[in-house]
Amino acid sequence: MSVSVRVPTILRTYTKDAAEVTAEGDTLKAVLADLETNYPGIQARILDDAGKIRRFVNVYVGEEDVRFADGLDTATADGAQISIIPAVAGGC
Amino acid sequence: MAIAATEPDTATIRAFGPATALSCRECGQRYDLGPRFACDFCFGPLEVAYEFGPLTRESIERGPDNIWRYAGLLPVPDNVADLPNMNPGLTPLVRADRLAAELGLRSLHVKDDSGNPTHSFKDRVVAMAVEAARTFGFTTLSCSSTGNLAGAVGAAAARAGFASCVFIPAGLEQAKVVMAAVYGGRVVALDGNYDDVNRFCSELIGDPAGADWGFVNVNLRPYYAEGSKTLAYEIAEQLGWKLPEQIIIPIASGSQLTKIDKGFRELVELGLVEDRPYKVFGAQATGCAPVARAWEQGHDVIQPVKPDTIAKSLAIGNPADGPYVLDICGRTGGSVEHVSDAEVVDSIALLARTEGVFAETAGGVTTGVLRKLVAEGRLDPEAETVVLNTGDGLKTLNAVDTGVAATIKPSLDAFKDAGLL
Repeated sequence: MSVSVRVPTILRTYTKDAAEVTAEGDTLKAVLADLETNYPGIQARILDDAGKIRRFVNVYVGEEDVRFADGLDTATADGAQISIIPAVAGGC
Repeated sequence: MAIAATEPDTATIRAFGPATALSCRECGQRYDLGPRFACDFCFGPLEVAYEFGPLTRESIERGPDNIWRYAGLLPVPDNVADLPNMNPGLTPLVRADRLAAELGLRSLHVKDDSGNPTHSFKDRVVAMAVEAARTFGFTTLSCSSTGNLAGAVGAAAARAGFASCVFIPAGLEQAKVVMAAVYGGRVVALDGNYDDVNRFCSELIGDPAGADWGFVNVNLRPYYAEGSKTLAYEIAEQLGWKLPEQIIIPIASGSQLTKIDKGFRELVELGLVEDRPYKVFGAQATGCAPVARAWEQGHDVIQPVKPDTIAKSLAIGNPADGPYVLDICGRTGGSVEHVSDAEVVDSIALLARTEGVFAETAGGVTTGVLRKLVAEGRLDPEAETVVLNTGDGLKTLNAVDTGVAATIKPSLDAFKDAGLL
């Protein structure tokens, strides 16, 4: 299962400035583990010490915020678009 | 050690007045002042840190009749009052005796921010973002907006000479769309809700297409958000340099509530007001109440929701500052509440009928929560209480169902016969 991951500016130091990278995995958890293999250190910036998605990070699989789906167990179909986005934006 | 976001530059440092750095609210990591909004280490929100100079009540009172009387407490240049800006603020703190009597409160005030240049509190925050955008050399101002912000950005961009391009969810109130577009900038509606618009802007900012853009509530957010502190300063000054004892604040992203709390604490630390306990109450509409639900359930993480409420200016299902709202309401002994759309409409009418203040739906939410808290015995009726109205009812006309009592021929007989006396 190959997916495409959009990388926020903050994490591009890990991806040599690439804004979009490919990864393998049939769940979000597996995709993040694969990212960690290729870009060591990146997973700890997305997940906290307990292995949960940090509270100021939003992760989308396709159009859906994974908090509305199955969190880290959300399925990632072949060709899925994953976006990692800082949550601290918007509103007032 | 601070991470350099921009080349160190004394002109830049002066351009932000007493502000000295950006600091992560989660982990404390510090950064030089620059167009960044989230911590590189933990994604936490960055806040402006200051070293305040000497300030007195008198020096503030001698200042302009707008938010720039508090320039010494804000991340803006010393000469900000001379620059092209919308100069919002110093809106009325209405003594609401008739509403207080109806509810059974001793002392109640309405901070009526519909009196700002584009008729919502958003002019305060945009005023900060304009100054930051000028300093950072951005040429286009942008934002994700539920409506009020789009108007405030459009107007401020026109005044200050920026291009503007703002993004809103499709289906907003017509008055808000017109007010956003009339200033000549581009208004783009996205087929989705506010959280979709916000996500779009967050992605645009990381793309070359958005490279020279100042998004007031994304990459300028640390500066922008500080504008809400001026609500705290004004309320305290207008109460005779006293903190209120109870305050009811609407929650969209929760930023405004956190900044009002920050403003109160700064006034205490600077000795400008006496330190006395105050309770902060957050107000949401039931159709978009992720923070109130987390409060009810005792959680410290917000589960996002899909908004469905007439209070569109508060319809943020994934509120960025929600966790801090929970902290503040807990720390001060307040709470986070929600009211139904029917209560919102009824409360708009209550505020209008008793105080002559026509609030937008967000003001119906705060007034509704005020009424609910009183009815449930959770407000001290003897305590000094302030409720916020953050926008103008003319922008959400569809929410209220009122109109002429009768249409009659222009004659005395017709009037008498219509049974209106």
